[in-house]
Amino acid sequence: MQPILKIILSRLMMGLLTLLIVTVVIFSAVELLPGDIATETLGQSATPETLAAFRSKFNLDQPVHVRYGLWLAGAVQGDFGVSLSNQRPIAELIQSRAGNTFFLAGYAAAIAVPLAILLGLVAALYRNSAFDRMISGTTLVAISFPEFFVAYILILIFSVTLGWFPSLADVDGSAPLPERLYRTFLPALTMTLIVMAHMMRMTRAAIINLLASPYIEMAELKGIKRWRVIAVHALPNAMAPIITVVALNLAYLIVGVVLVEVVFVYPGLGQLLVDAVSNRDVTVVQAACLIFAATYILLNMAADILSIIANPKLLHPR
Amino acid sequence: MYYWLSQLREAPVSAWIGIVLIGFFSILAIFAPLIAPFPEIAVVGPQYHAWAAPHYLGTDGLGRDVMSRLIFGARNTVGIALATTILAFLLGGITGLLAATLGGWFDMISSRIVDILMAIPSLIFALMILTITGTSVLSLILVIAVLDSTRVYRLSRAVAQDILTMDYIEVARMRGEGLPWLIRREVLPNAAAPLIAEFGLRFCFVFLFISALSFLGLGLQPPTADWGSMVRESAKLISFANFSTWQTATFGLAPLLPAGAIALLTVAVNLVVDWVLHISSGLKE
Amino acid sequence: MTDTAQQDDLLLDIRDLRIEGRSGGQWHQIVKGIDLTLKRGEIIGLIGESGAGKSTLGLAAMGYTKGGCRISGGSIRFDGQELVGASREQLRKLHGARIAYVAQSAAAAFNPAFRLINQYCEAPVRHGIMSRAQAKKDAVQLYRAMQLPDPEQIGFRYPHQVSGGQLQRAMTAMAMACRPDLIIFDEPTTALDVTTQIEVLSAIRRVVREHHTAAIYITHDLAVVAQMADRIKVLLKGDEVEEADTRTMLADPQQDYTKSLWAVRAFRRDPMPEVPQGERPLLQLEGISAFYGPQKVLDDIDLTVHRGRTVAVVGESGSGKTTTARVIMGLLAPTKGVVRFEGVDLPATSRQRAPTLQRRVQMIHQMADTALNPRHRIREVIGRPLEFFLGLKGRAKEARIRELLTLIELDPDEFIDRLPAELSGGQKQRVCIARALAAEPEFIICDEITSALDQLVAEGILRLLDRLQREMGLTYLFITHDLATVRSIADEVVVMQGGRIVEQGSKDEIFSPPHQEYTELLLSSVPEMDPDWLDTVLAGRETATPA
Repeated sequence: MQPILKIILSRLMMGLLTLLIVTVVIFSAVELLPGDIATETLGQSATPETLAAFRSKFNLDQPVHVRYGLWLAGAVQGDFGVSLSNQRPIAELIQSRAGNTFFLAGYAAAIAVPLAILLGLVAALYRNSAFDRMISGTTLVAISFPEFFVAYILILIFSVTLGWFPSLADVDGSAPLPERLYRTFLPALTMTLIVMAHMMRMTRAAIINLLASPYIEMAELKGIKRWRVIAVHALPNAMAPIITVVALNLAYLIVGVVLVEVVFVYPGLGQLLVDAVSNRDVTVVQAACLIFAATYILLNMAADILSIIANPKLLHPR
Repeated sequence: MYYWLSQLREAPVSAWIGIVLIGFFSILAIFAPLIAPFPEIAVVGPQYHAWAAPHYLGTDGLGRDVMSRLIFGARNTVGIALATTILAFLLGGITGLLAATLGGWFDMISSRIVDILMAIPSLIFALMILTITGTSVLSLILVIAVLDSTRVYRLSRAVAQDILTMDYIEVARMRGEGLPWLIRREVLPNAAAPLIAEFGLRFCFVFLFISALSFLGLGLQPPTADWGSMVRESAKLISFANFSTWQTATFGLAPLLPAGAIALLTVAVNLVVDWVLHISSGLKE
Repeated sequence: MTDTAQQDDLLLDIRDLRIEGRSGGQWHQIVKGIDLTLKRGEIIGLIGESGAGKSTLGLAAMGYTKGGCRISGGSIRFDGQELVGASREQLRKLHGARIAYVAQSAAAAFNPAFRLINQYCEAPVRHGIMSRAQAKKDAVQLYRAMQLPDPEQIGFRYPHQVSGGQLQRAMTAMAMACRPDLIIFDEPTTALDVTTQIEVLSAIRRVVREHHTAAIYITHDLAVVAQMADRIKVLLKGDEVEEADTRTMLADPQQDYTKSLWAVRAFRRDPMPEVPQGERPLLQLEGISAFYGPQKVLDDIDLTVHRGRTVAVVGESGSGKTTTARVIMGLLAPTKGVVRFEGVDLPATSRQRAPTLQRRVQMIHQMADTALNPRHRIREVIGRPLEFFLGLKGRAKEARIRELLTLIELDPDEFIDRLPAELSGGQKQRVCIARALAAEPEFIICDEITSALDQLVAEGILRLLDRLQREMGLTYLFITHDLATVRSIADEVVVMQGGRIVEQGSKDEIFSPPHQEYTELLLSSVPEMDPDWLDTVLAGRETATPA
């Protein structure tokens, strides 16, 4: 077990190191901002006193590395400082919105992942059938359509024409769960459609690749039943590629949520980020970017580690 | 060149559809001022004119001709996406090929930088940088090109590394061939097909990416006609759509026209890419 | 033998079998109406070059075809049951239980996720022949019979934890698990080194005989099939050439094709005259050691090659033969020692060497497929060294390319504009030879250049090399694992094992006793065309080993 622990540990360290470097990048992005934040925020007419007060409030009078340290220490404890535009604590702004975003992404993932893996498996088993061809056709369409196009088509059909679902998803955590699920159905469906095709196609490719390997032929020539060949011989070996596919798409969901939130006016982190970018509210942008980037990095790291564990050669060294 | 022409004769219908569509959009983009019935940003009629002559696709909220703006949009959106993709390709492709061929510290450093850039989702990264640089066309092109070049880098490096393990490279190295020969004569001819396919895919990605930014109001700025912002501008009309009359039904289609144009061009490019990938996989056998 | 007795005894009866394979959108026949009969407990050897259809025929005996192939006609009767058109379920009941399969690459044919013994138990338990506990006990017995080390425990290992030769024996044990009536062996020892091969062959033969199991043994190696089979069937491009019992076939083949196959191993080059005393050697390695990372791959290598000679370097995989070539070519810098060419010390890496030097030493690779750039036409492949080393251009270059093509026995008009993909394996290797010759070298390293080729084609290449050597006074360092090739062409032989040279000398010295211990093992492990060879060697080894 020693070597595999070592590999996992090093992967963990690599992930954390990447995260650390990313915080440096995000932090220094603000440093590169031309002009003085204090003057820019308070306007040219501000007195030297108010400027000084503003600077000390945001620690702008400290050297760069100290400010980075303070910012990072705060961020780890969930304190992202104060919004430049409305002076409110960012943590307050973000808390419920981050929850909403993860809820929506999780909702979409809960539909998309099992469905995509199942359909991918079916497509692989019945390759070159009509069903299989339909799937590769849909994939092409899904990777070509912008998120907002899919979203508006869904709105036009399910909301405007049929009136089944609301076109706005302005709910938050305070609403009861069934209502929340109902009102966020269209955004979740949009995201599901976007990621599912890709996930199906990759699952299909992974399984087909596997079914062509000599040990699957061997299992068949041993007279093992078809379902057992798939379930016992193919699936354990397909774990690693499937984990990679799922992680890749979950990471994509986390990012794709930004556009979908804007279309459906959903009070999530993505909406907040877009608004902050338009207002050039740098501290909020920093905080939102950090949360998105951290989720993305941690997801990829988790996938890496899971696929290491799924590899028998590493699990049982010579 | 001759090789690709000979392949073209045997291209499947899907590839031909893609080629024809790409040709159609290119003509629109190149000859936009000649084809468009009205100017790009002038107010030429009442607001929200219905789909009738002389405004066959109606007018927008300011009274500008939608059809003309769609045609100019092809020029703006596609032009910028193309410029960005070419830049990303030059940057990522050259660094990737060099990293694979040279190896050593150059490979180490460039690969680490790419790892870091790719650790942050590109939409988020782009939003962050655009906050700082502001949303000018130039910064848009530069930011997206740099972010996108990371993927080109990974692919060209991997493809080149595959080729470099071949014995014919060893033969050339033993002969004492220089780096330019190795890359130009030995690696590139074999890497051409996957790189061409990747160019198509990257273009789609950049194109969708810019449209998404414009849709968020952070890409091309008004009054420039561009498909992403046109979706954004007409989005709220969709809730007034009503299929009882033709007039009201067109409200629903307003945001779908530019969005559909984006989708159509992307599908077209993908169709051609699939064909190129198919040819290149056939070559290996 | 009477007709009824034959019926009772008959296990497998294939009549006029036709199999088609799909390529380029069309169906082509790959087995063209072959008959095959097999009695209980009998072993038939299928032999032929690549593309003969032997593997396809072997698998068809199970009623199975690979993806992209289909049975288009004929009948396959196994113990009276028709397999052509049989349902999936009917076939499934036979597979593993009554007909078993042993694949070429055991490493790929074992599922990497499960222990060997669990894969062993699967067939008997699933076919309802044994309980799991019984099967496990049985496995240990068969592992012992297959002479696997530590038979009690080896089953609890994962495939990647076991060596190639052991895996191949474990797979044969797995095939025997249900005590089938018939086993298909599909080139089971092709990927193994000779010293491992002999162990696997003897184990397979013992178990198969003990259980009176019928077998179809597929191979391209005549000497191997001579040990294993009662009868031999020779195939060529999907057709049967002839069939006879092993001794008759070996002693008296009827068809020209079979005779030519048999004759390959008889090629012997005329010996070169003795090296004059005190002649300066062309190439010398002195005390060369080299590492790949932390692993020492060459250990104190001394080697001398005289002008106009062929020195063969033999050894099994991992012995360091190819690494030696890479050090000579300057592709791998040695940590110790010098390479000397015509008495002058060479710089360690090819970059530091003068172009004239690079020109004089050329190397030909094992896989002609990867040694030719698929996008370069033959004109460019051969033309580039002419231009690079000799500065030839235009008409002079064209003329020389044509000359070289003629030299390697390819028609210039036909081949000069072709791409590598439009050549056969042997033709590709000839083009590689022409490319090396274009530089007008004095010394050529041939790295296993015939081992990927069929025997007849390989022999053609060897004859070509011999002719070129005589005409042009070339010097060869010939790297190979095949002792038959060494016998054909070498003047001197260097035997390597684990990065060291264990013995070197003239061909006669190496091939006649007394041998150094490893050389003895190596030499005695090379199968010979004598059906009694395996028995003789095994008997010899048993008496030699003290109890």
